[in-house]
Amino acid sequence: MTAAVFFGCTFIAFGPAVSLFLFTIAREPLRVIFLIAGAFFWLVSLLMASLVWFISVQISNKESVSQQKGLLIFGVVLSVLLQETFRFAYYKLLKKANEGLLALSQEETMPISIRQLAYVSGLGFGFMSGAFSVVNILADSVGPGTVGIHGDSQHYFLSSAFMTMAIILLHMFWGIIFFDGCEKQRWLAVAAVVASHLLVSCLTFQNPQYVSSLVPTYVVMFFMGVWAFYTAGGSLRNLKLCLTCKDKDFLLANHRPR
Amino acid sequence: MVVVVATIKSVMLYEIYTPFPEETDTVAQRAVNSILNATIMITVIIVMTLVLVLLYKYRCYKVIQGWLFLSSLLLLFFFSFIYLQEVFKTYNVAMDYFTLAIVVWNFGVVGMICIHWKGPLRLQQAYLIMISALMALVFIKYLPEWTAWLILAVISVYDLLAVLCPKGPLRILVETAQERNEPIFPALIYSSTMVWLVNMADTDRPKRNSAESPAPSSPSQDDGGFTSSWVSQQEHRLGQLQSTEETRREIQQMPSSRPPVEEDDEERGVKLGLGDFIFYSMLVGKASATASGDWNTTLACFVAILIGLCLTLLLLAIFRKALPALPISIFFGLVFYFATDNLVRPFMDELALHQFYV
Repeated sequence: MTAAVFFGCTFIAFGPAVSLFLFTIAREPLRVIFLIAGAFFWLVSLLMASLVWFISVQISNKESVSQQKGLLIFGVVLSVLLQETFRFAYYKLLKKANEGLLALSQEETMPISIRQLAYVSGLGFGFMSGAFSVVNILADSVGPGTVGIHGDSQHYFLSSAFMTMAIILLHMFWGIIFFDGCEKQRWLAVAAVVASHLLVSCLTFQNPQYVSSLVPTYVVMFFMGVWAFYTAGGSLRNLKLCLTCKDKDFLLANHRPR
Repeated sequence: MVVVVATIKSVMLYEIYTPFPEETDTVAQRAVNSILNATIMITVIIVMTLVLVLLYKYRCYKVIQGWLFLSSLLLLFFFSFIYLQEVFKTYNVAMDYFTLAIVVWNFGVVGMICIHWKGPLRLQQAYLIMISALMALVFIKYLPEWTAWLILAVISVYDLLAVLCPKGPLRILVETAQERNEPIFPALIYSSTMVWLVNMADTDRPKRNSAESPAPSSPSQDDGGFTSSWVSQQEHRLGQLQSTEETRREIQQMPSSRPPVEEDDEERGVKLGLGDFIFYSMLVGKASATASGDWNTTLACFVAILIGLCLTLLLLAIFRKALPALPISIFFGLVFYFATDNLVRPFMDELALHQFYV
C-alpha cells in the first residue's frame, strides 16, 4: 500500500492502453470523439445491467449468501451479454453515421474507415471497462492498510492490475473481430467474441485462485490478439516488413525516407 | 474539469454560505430551503442578464468594459490568492507573504494581458481554463448539496428558454449584436482557434488540447476589456455567487453561426462559453466531492458531459444557429450521476469484493 504499489499497478493496468491512445488516437479529434462515444455506450450497458441486478437484489432474500452470490453471477452474465449487445448497437450507429458524415462533408472518401472505428470503439469499451474495474482499487492502494490481513490473498492489487490490462486489450481485440464479423456477415466470429467474453468473465469467478483465472485469460488474449491481427489485414510478411523498417506504405504514410 | 476534480479530491473545503441553511431537521424543510436558495440565485442571474442586455442595447460599452475589467482583476488576483492559501493549508507548506505576493502578482498580470489584450493562444486557453476552474470551485465550496443540484437543473432550463424563446434576453443580445455586426465580448469565450466562424462540428472539436490551424488573430482580440466580463460580474456578485449566467449567456450565443464573412474564410474553430465550462466543472466537481462511489461516479459524469457536448455540437452543425450548450450535457451528467451513484456503485462494489470482472 505504498506509492510504488499505486504507480506500479496503474502502469500495469493502463500502460498499454494509454500508449496506444497517445500514439494512435490522441492527434485525431474524430477518433477521440468515437473513443469517448464507445466508452459512453459501455457505460450505458453497465447501467442497465446494474439496474436489473439492483432490482433483483431488492426483491430477493438479502440474508442468504448463496442466493446473493447466485444473483451476482447472473448479474455478471447479463452484463456481458448487454455489453456485446451495445457493441452491436454501436456498430449499427456507426454505419449510419458514416453514411451521414459522407453526405454532410463534401469529400469523396470517408474521413475514418470502419476498421479504424472498430479499433477505436474497442479501445473505448476497454478504457471504460478497465477504469470502472480498477480505479477505486487504485485509489485505495494509496491509503494505509495491509493487504490480505484477514487471510485473503496478498496479491490482490497486482492480480487486479494484470487482469485489467488483459481486459482492456481483449476489448480492443474483440472490437476489431466483432466489427469485421458484422461487416462480412460472419456470425461465427461474432459468436466467438461473445463466447470468449463470457469465458473470461466466468474465469474470474475462480478468484482468488489467480493461476486458474489469469493464465487462461492471457491465453485467450493472445489468441484473440493473433486473430484480430489477421482480421485487420496483418500477416507475417507485413510484420517482418514493419519490424525491419522496409514497409514502404507505412514509411510513406509517416513521411520517412528510405 | 480535471483541475477541479484534482483540487476537490485533495483540498477539503466545505464552508456553507447561503441564506437558507441546509442543516435542517426534516427532509421537507431541507427541500424547501434548497428551492428558496436556488430561486434567489436564479432571480439574481436573470436580473443581471437583463441589466447586461439593457446596457448593451443602449450602447453603454464603457460600463460593460469597466465591469469586465474589474471582474477579471478580482478573479485573477483575489481568488487565486484564496485558492493558494487553501492548497498550502492542505499540504502544510510554509510560505512567506513576499514570495506569495510575487507569484500572485505575476500570475494575475500575465492573465490580464492574455485575456484582455494579446497573448499566445495556448496561454490564453490555459488562463481561461484556470479561471473557469476557480469559479467552479467557488461554487462547489459555497453551495450546499441540494441547492447545487437544483441550480444546475434550473440553469439548464433557463438556458434553454433564454436562448431559444423569441423574447429571451440572450436571443435579443445575439440578434442586436448581429444587427450591428459586432463581436459580443469575444474574450469570454474559449475558442479552439483564434478564429471567428463556427463550422461543421465534425471537423473540429474544442478538445482542450487540440487547437486546429492557428489562424491569424481575429480583430476581436484587440477589443480589450470585454473578456472577463462575467468574471467581473462574478466578483461583484460574490456574495450571491451567480453572475456567471450573463456571461454564460453571451457565451452561449457565441457558438451561434455568425453571418458568414463575405470573403468566405474557411476558418474553422469552435467557440464555447466559459460559463459552460464552469457548470460542467461544477457538476463533475460536485460528483467527485459528494459521491460515495468516488471515482466511478466522477468518470461517468465526465463521459456523460463530453457526450452531451458532442451531441450539442452535432445539433449546432445541423441547425446553424445559437444553441444553449448546457441543457443536454447537464441533463446527461445529472442522470448519470444519480444512476451511477445509486445503481452502478453497489454492483461494482460487490464485483470488486469478489474480484469478478465484467
